[in-house]
Amino acid sequence: MEAYLFYIVATIAVVAGVYLIFEKNPVFSALYLIQTMVCIAVLYILLEAQFIAAVQVIVYAGAIMVLFLFVIMLLNLNIKEEAKNALPFQRIPAVVMGIVLFAAICMILKSKLLQGKHGEYTTAYVNTVGNTKLIGNLLFTDYLLPFEITSILLFVAAIGAIMLAKRKL
Amino acid sequence: MITITHYLVLSAILFTLGVVGVLIRRNAIIIFMCIELMLNAVNISFVAFAHYLNSMQGQLFVFFTMTVAAAEAAVGLAIIVAVFRNKETVNIDDINIMKW
Repeated sequence: MEAYLFYIVATIAVVAGVYLIFEKNPVFSALYLIQTMVCIAVLYILLEAQFIAAVQVIVYAGAIMVLFLFVIMLLNLNIKEEAKNALPFQRIPAVVMGIVLFAAICMILKSKLLQGKHGEYTTAYVNTVGNTKLIGNLLFTDYLLPFEITSILLFVAAIGAIMLAKRKL
Repeated sequence: MITITHYLVLSAILFTLGVVGVLIRRNAIIIFMCIELMLNAVNISFVAFAHYLNSMQGQLFVFFTMTVAAAEAAVGLAIIVAVFRNKETVNIDDINIMKW
């Protein structure tokens, strides 16, 4: 059951990713990216990361992609704009180099380098305490400094976006 | 039985798609979306390792990656809108003022 779900969801994610990069209309590209992100959220649930799955749907598929769609519709892009491609010979070498990159990653996966020390958070333990509670505990004890730095980062990003939108550049 | 390799191969496929998309597209917004796809692919690896190594650190890193991605999307789209107001295009072949 779990294996079938993985294969179905993974196939949908990859097909939507292919459509994302070959679609002419930017709005459809954004919708395919939302499709991929929702599929990835399902995979997170299969990996028993429920909190991350919820955040994926809310933040990525919700907030960030709405921002993208908003900008695409605000700019009212001409679909034929990409017709005049300055580098028409870049497509085939790009795909070939992408396949080479994929082969290189697979060679790393086949080697025995990817081994690590097992931690203490087994599935049974996580299920007794709760995924979200454990993440919250770690976030406000061991990872308090990165968490605070993250808030500064978001603050700076908000100021930067406002300045870029406001100033007469 | 689904092992960690399945998830890592899926992650590699999505990352490669993102790289190819960045290389072949000319629309700045679509290039930006391909970068988001690459970030998502890496997040799958993080969560898969966290699950199969009985660890929680991977999920926390995904949390921070999402925050950085949100900040990046806000600033990047503001830059794209600013460029569009000046040059009336988001085609990166026409935005070559910094090219030497």
